[in-house]
Amino acid sequence: MSTKSSFNNVPDSEGRFGEFGGRFVAETLMAPLDELTEAYKRLKNDPEFIREFDEDLAHYVGRPSPLYLAKRWSDQIGGAQIYLKREDLNHTGAHKVNNTIGQALLAKAMGKKRIIAETGAGQHGVATATVAARLGLECVVFMGAEDIQRQSLNVYRMKLLGAKVVSVTSGTKTLKDAMNEAMRDWVTTVDDTFYIIGTVAGPHPYPLLVRDFQAVIGREARRQSLEQAGRLPDALVACVGGGSNAIGLFHPFLDDESVAMYGVEAGGLGLESGKHAAPICKGKPGVLHGNRTYLMEDENGQIIGTHSISAGLDYPGVGPEHSWLNDLKRVNYVAATDDETLEAFHELTRVEGIIPALESSHALAYTKKLAKTMDKDQIIITNLSGRGDKDIHTVAQLDGVTL
Amino acid sequence: MSRLTPCFENLKSQGKKALVPYFVAGDPDLEITLAIMHQCVESGADILEIGVPFSDPMAEGPVIQAAHERALEKNVSLNDTLALVAKFRETNDKTPVLLMGYANPVEAMGYTSFADNAKAAGVDAILLVDMPPEESVKLQNALKPHGIDNIFLISPTTNDDRIAKIAKVASGFLYYVSLKGVTGAGHFDIRSVEENLARISRFSDLPVCVGFGIKDADSAKQVANVADGVVVGSAVVNVIETSKSNILESVGSFVRSLDEAIAP
Repeated sequence: MSTKSSFNNVPDSEGRFGEFGGRFVAETLMAPLDELTEAYKRLKNDPEFIREFDEDLAHYVGRPSPLYLAKRWSDQIGGAQIYLKREDLNHTGAHKVNNTIGQALLAKAMGKKRIIAETGAGQHGVATATVAARLGLECVVFMGAEDIQRQSLNVYRMKLLGAKVVSVTSGTKTLKDAMNEAMRDWVTTVDDTFYIIGTVAGPHPYPLLVRDFQAVIGREARRQSLEQAGRLPDALVACVGGGSNAIGLFHPFLDDESVAMYGVEAGGLGLESGKHAAPICKGKPGVLHGNRTYLMEDENGQIIGTHSISAGLDYPGVGPEHSWLNDLKRVNYVAATDDETLEAFHELTRVEGIIPALESSHALAYTKKLAKTMDKDQIIITNLSGRGDKDIHTVAQLDGVTL
Repeated sequence: MSRLTPCFENLKSQGKKALVPYFVAGDPDLEITLAIMHQCVESGADILEIGVPFSDPMAEGPVIQAAHERALEKNVSLNDTLALVAKFRETNDKTPVLLMGYANPVEAMGYTSFADNAKAAGVDAILLVDMPPEESVKLQNALKPHGIDNIFLISPTTNDDRIAKIAKVASGFLYYVSLKGVTGAGHFDIRSVEENLARISRFSDLPVCVGFGIKDADSAKQVANVADGVVVGSAVVNVIETSKSNILESVGSFVRSLDEAIAP
């Protein structure tokens, strides 16, 4: 590991990743964020807290998740060997639960009785409702009215788990508005409520603690690559909405100079069409939801509507650490269009018998392009961040099939 | 120095409190907003607080959120808001104007450009809800040479250390948020306000205005008894939203009722 310039020294004590990150919130939230920062600082090195987190990940989530060599798909593409990090096999079906387990343990340690969360595709909402049910905590999930329509299965799952799902009808009625509404709730209920943010964005310390909870993905993948392939991978690929699954995979490899990294944003109808959700590829730095980061905005600083085939990537911002890694050129940020994504979705399903989430299918679409440019003895690890059961209705509709 | 300090000194010498109505630039359109500004002054407002429309107004309750959406439907920007203030200044050079908004439109304009443009337009102060002192160094440095005040919020959750920190960088006045919640919330408690104002006065000699949750003559009067100024936002915006043809008349009579309620 390089000692001269490590990527592990961020964020600083004010939550900054270079010029990105920070804490841009209304004054009322400064105290609870300080309280959370202190609690996390105290607990993250506490052996009992670590033991409980690790045990929950092992016995409740089912970790470690396998690192699977997609032999048939790799051969068909005819380039690098593609390994899939199977986060889709986690309890609740995606990487999101790694983080909600961690934050729920924090909530419990801080004596909070009520949990709130925002959700886009519903995966984070389900993962939050799941841990809340298990700990007997009241749970309220904010979800854009438009997302509620396209992810009805997850809405019902949350309700079954005992959560209250609040339909958000302001603004664009999607993930960003759900986050606004969760912040509005939190500012009113700070005394007894813990806000579980689902991605590596938001005010400090969220980008830090969500990264730390998700970094289990990369730690496992690194170890598994050494065990199974006898060496480190040549490249990592992950989709980026807010970017928690990508940071989780990338972070433990950042100081491995030989490992190239690709974060795949939602290219929607194409980067030139304006209808996408690719703030790093096509946006500029600004301030939203508590942090400075790359955003999709107009010339007047208004946040603009995004488009993606997948609700989970339909967000105009991105975690500040990704913005920082982009500017340092440590990670390459690229995009996959809706069409490329859909093609990869079908291909993996048919060739490997794995139905991937549409979010993860963006990573698969880029993996396919990348693998073709690499040799057969090279290795790619792609984060299969979630399973596609929740997307069956969306895909059927796009394929013109009525279920 | 901006117009704020002389304004508070003048009010103090008369034993009066500042009445600060809030409304959003461009709700329902810029022409009417300009007329509302003049009408408010005529009806007893001492300082005008103008909301700068933003796509994601995170600290606002439903009433003011809807006002931002109405203004954005007309594409009203920070530039337009500054032009509005410049127009107001053509006939009023006395009433202080405070802009209240969110960081990103200012960030997009650039801090130096914003400060230059705001000065040229005749803006006296800026309050960015999502920019606490820790994040506002660049903005402060840009505003200072122009004598534009940076207004900061203090809330019921702000501890003494933070009050001291905020007092050190604030100018013009301090804005006390009367409750834990969004604008227009309904759980306002005058006793808690009184206690917190006493706490704030240990750290700063600046005037303190109180806002969030003050919705009528009665609550305005209670606040005026303990604070230097009263900010009324959602209730004013609600009058604008619900009066169809006679907006100016309705806003005027509402502001007048507040002015009478807080008179010594």
